[in-house]
Amino acid sequence: MNLIAKHLTYKPDDQYHLNDVSFNFEKGRLYTILGRTLSGKTTLLKTIAGLLNPDSGNINFEDKNFSKVPVWERNVAMVYQQFINYPHLSVYENISFPLKQRKLNEENIKKNVDDALKTVGLVGFENRKIQELSGGQQQRVALARSLAKKAKILLLDEPLVNLDYKLREQLREEFKTIFNEGLANETILIYSTTDPQEVMELNGEVIVLDEGKVLQTGPAKDIFENPINLKVAEISNDPPMNIINGLKIDGKITFENINIKLPKHLSQLDNKNYNFGIRSSEIKLSDSGEEFEIELAEISGSETLLHLKRGSIKVIALIEEVMNFKIHEKVKVVFNVDKFYVFAEDGKLISSPYRINNG
Amino acid sequence: MEKLYKFLKYTFIILWTVFIVAPFLWAISTSFKDFQSVNSKVTYIPWLDFEPTLEGWRVLVKSPARGGVDIVEPYFNSLFVTCTASLISIVLGTLAAYALSRFTFKAGFVRNNDITFFFISQRIMPPIVLSIPFFIFLSTIGLLDSLIGLVVVYIVLLMPIAVWIMVDFFNRVPKELDETALIDGCNPYQAFYKVVLPNSIPGLIVAGMFCIIFGWIDFFFAFILTFTEVQLLPVKVVALNSSITPWWSLSASALISVAPLIIVAFVVERYLSKGNLSGALK
Repeated sequence: MNLIAKHLTYKPDDQYHLNDVSFNFEKGRLYTILGRTLSGKTTLLKTIAGLLNPDSGNINFEDKNFSKVPVWERNVAMVYQQFINYPHLSVYENISFPLKQRKLNEENIKKNVDDALKTVGLVGFENRKIQELSGGQQQRVALARSLAKKAKILLLDEPLVNLDYKLREQLREEFKTIFNEGLANETILIYSTTDPQEVMELNGEVIVLDEGKVLQTGPAKDIFENPINLKVAEISNDPPMNIINGLKIDGKITFENINIKLPKHLSQLDNKNYNFGIRSSEIKLSDSGEEFEIELAEISGSETLLHLKRGSIKVIALIEEVMNFKIHEKVKVVFNVDKFYVFAEDGKLISSPYRINNG
Repeated sequence: MEKLYKFLKYTFIILWTVFIVAPFLWAISTSFKDFQSVNSKVTYIPWLDFEPTLEGWRVLVKSPARGGVDIVEPYFNSLFVTCTASLISIVLGTLAAYALSRFTFKAGFVRNNDITFFFISQRIMPPIVLSIPFFIFLSTIGLLDSLIGLVVVYIVLLMPIAVWIMVDFFNRVPKELDETALIDGCNPYQAFYKVVLPNSIPGLIVAGMFCIIFGWIDFFFAFILTFTEVQLLPVKVVALNSSITPWWSLSASALISVAPLIIVAFVVERYLSKGNLSGALK
């Protein structure tokens, strides 16, 4: 009864949009697809919806070959990153459109639409025109339309990306409740995003996609704690994980005249060059630290992002308060060595602070 | 400074309005004159300068046997040909444009853009190039000097305009709108007429307006492809001009010739001023 895809490949030009993608999605669960722009997220969702035909591979749903079923008979719902609604219809008509298409009776339609409006918090907006709504409200209408359908597969393609910062945070919070309450256990929910924070908050099963290829799958926590290679570490962290090329010699790590005492979880490491990974939130200002030069200081919300440089090494530090820095000023920072990741020169994860793996 | 700007602005607008409206006033005034008032001296204002008469208008509805030039029949011929050809052009052109905008066609080296260009290329050539082929074509199928023949020719002339405008319009309608309709249970035909078409009304109005204007004002093909059986308005109006130029009835016929276009312009203007032409879709 699952949604099973086998070896989906789609290559319309000289670049892979999907490269041998396989998965097995179970009903009643939330799947998040994490990947950067153009990584193939939208292509994958459109393929599931039936809007695109893959060059090879097939999709099965409820033990039927899904590839043979046209879009309009698939019973999927999709919310786009652009706010797509029917501009010539009112809010009520928009949400009831798919239900009318399915020839439900008037009473049933009304009930479903009212429920959906309640879920997305748009009660009282029934007769408004789409153009009269704000971006956030338009996206709520789109979401309500896909919820009212009670589709078996619900696809959300970066639904929050075009909203402003505050609204995004607010809707993200609401999504969690909507997904928990508003969906029957019959539904497979697939949510694509570029934002690692969204993935962590939604806390579903994660598929990391890059250049059409699945890099890693697993629970959100697992992706965060043990990214299998540099690429995943980059994609699943915002700001991206700092990568420092350094040398491990007896009991210490050295790079750019900095010597760091080897943390316990790395004690088994052979003596050679590695890529050390450290999250920007694990670099702290401290008078006892090493000197770096500030290249750029960004203030975002309640945080400050410091772009630091020392010799050939560039790192980003996340300071959890708003501070004013001058460019080219020197600051001292310490690295939280207990949170060091180690990747091999070819990018593979060798050791993480959460799991020691010397293979 | 502000005042000067305002003064210049209104002066310009008033001058421009006079420039546009003056010929109409002149034509209206002339249409109520007789031979005497046109040829004796410069006259403008009825009852003061000259004695108004309805003779110029009467000639237009009198049959030739009673000394008139009957433009009623050509008028309705023109209305029929223009409206029918415009309607068919819009229907076929919209369907063609939708296909060109949404589906990918390949035939040898030919792609969608080439097909769109083929449509427009009809309008690039001077009409005289097409006149001989049209003449031979219509005489071969026996539709020379007939309303149906004219409708066929006008469709060839008007459909490229409709296709061109509608392709551009559909290209600006997000593809995701169609896709959402498909996902919401519409088959491709339903997606077109339930979702895309209702959101394309502004485009249809603009395309329709252009078709009607270009169809209505055509003189060349109406002149070449008709003889005695069927006559269209522009040809008849020109034919009014015989040994002595009857300025009064020429003015009257000119006025009622532009009347439909003025009505179309006012209807479309309402849409334009409501801001409905671009606001429907982002």
